[in-house]
Amino acid sequence: MIDPKSIFETIQMIEKEKLDIRTITMGISLLDCISSTQEETRTKVYNKIVDSAKDLVETARQIEIAYGVPIINTRISVTPVAMLVQNGTVADAVEMAKTLDRAAVAVGVNFIGGFSALVQKGFTRGDRNLIAAIPEALDVTERVCSSVNVGDTRSGINMDAVKWMGEIIQETAKRTADRDGIGCAKLVVFANAVEDNPFMAGAFHGVGEAERVIHVGISGPGVIKCALEKVKGEPMDEVAQTIKKMAFKITRAGQLVANEAARRLDVPFGIIDLSLAPTPAVGDSVARILEEIGLEMVGTHGTTMALAMLNDAVKKGGIMASSHVGGLSGAFIPVSEDEGMIAAVRAGAINIEKLEAMTCVCSVGLDMIAVPGDTPATTLAAMIADEAAIGVINHKTTAVRVIPVFGRQVGDEVHFGGLLGSAPVMKVNKFSSADLINRGGRMPAPVHSFKN
Amino acid sequence: MKAIVTVIGEDQVGIIAEVTTTLAKQQVNVLDISQTIMQQFFTMMMLVDVSNAVISFENVQKELKAIGEKMNVSIQIQHEEIYHAMHRL
Repeated sequence: MIDPKSIFETIQMIEKEKLDIRTITMGISLLDCISSTQEETRTKVYNKIVDSAKDLVETARQIEIAYGVPIINTRISVTPVAMLVQNGTVADAVEMAKTLDRAAVAVGVNFIGGFSALVQKGFTRGDRNLIAAIPEALDVTERVCSSVNVGDTRSGINMDAVKWMGEIIQETAKRTADRDGIGCAKLVVFANAVEDNPFMAGAFHGVGEAERVIHVGISGPGVIKCALEKVKGEPMDEVAQTIKKMAFKITRAGQLVANEAARRLDVPFGIIDLSLAPTPAVGDSVARILEEIGLEMVGTHGTTMALAMLNDAVKKGGIMASSHVGGLSGAFIPVSEDEGMIAAVRAGAINIEKLEAMTCVCSVGLDMIAVPGDTPATTLAAMIADEAAIGVINHKTTAVRVIPVFGRQVGDEVHFGGLLGSAPVMKVNKFSSADLINRGGRMPAPVHSFKN
Repeated sequence: MKAIVTVIGEDQVGIIAEVTTTLAKQQVNVLDISQTIMQQFFTMMMLVDVSNAVISFENVQKELKAIGEKMNVSIQIQHEEIYHAMHRL
């Protein structure tokens, strides 16, 4: 029999340290649904999603029972919808969002991602339809998640898209102001977006992907935190080594679940995403790991280094444990979804500027940050521009998911509910970036992208 | 299919008897058994074969959970593979 200590450790990880599989996400290509009329396209989209994912939720439940590892979410990602509404209108794009929402309800997944457009170099007609439809789509649907890629290392940054997305975020916040701007929690603006991300709100099924595919996102900040409690005062090498070992074990559990899900659903396995994803629950926080490494509070000097080390060690441990690693694969540092981050904002230990610095060394970006409702659209766009620049220059994925909350001021608490958590409204630099944003155009690709 | 039953909690008379009786009733064969004290907890582990079980794995799990609640200990049953995956190369 397996060593009892190992068995005990696994049981402790699941019961006390909140080891879980954060998501099993089925990617579904909708390219074959494109028809001569939008109505026909929508019918095909609905049927294909329901047909492909009808067993997804029950399969995840069965795997959870068999292995005893909780599987928190089941989700779907689809082909960027902009490609499906090329021959339609803005109203058609909204209708398509409703179709996706209905399909998600029908199969029982809690989110469906892919209401997306990739506009790093320019807009097609479908891209314009989709982006213009975002505020209404996120208002009238519940489970649809949207993302827009505005830059990448090979193309530079589409500054017209950056400007427009500042306005779209503001409008989405306005339309859902009665729910504290919840629409914006389902909207991500990316640079270097990945095609196989299983995590929401930024998941979509890229065109380079197969017909259907199963991706798995692991989790387990609590497990890493508890392991580090046993190496207090030891040199940094020891901390990195401990994280690697734990990341290996967590990822092996994820790979097992992924293989089993792929086998039972008869859908090819895609990737494991090695991200440490926090939740608002106590004991499930990335911020608390950083504090365990030696920070009085996350956000103080040394935070960026601790995060860089954590992110790297998780990857080193996880890569060996999985046959294919992909997605975002890095520690997430959302504010409202991480109990330690929320505490740090309340204590004044962390601000947007420090969060921006942290995004240079991890995935993904300025994530789940509530800002005052009167923040100008050009300032929101400038935040996007800064993050996109970090991504484009450093060859990494970055993203912005900020939530302007109307009628709220700095320090006010906002509650989004569930996994989205709650957050105090954070201070934004009051000096204008309008002249920069209003230039529009394109920021050229950086010199180091020319590798051929 | 092999699975591992773990019982963690305070030691008391009759835990093993209760668990094995239930397993026997469902035609679950016990292959190996060990018990020890770990971090002050009584910990019992059993390797069992559920291939011939007369009820579903989910229901075996439910029955064991019910005993756990009655005796105030935590009882789990999981596929053996999860431990192989996490602790063996």
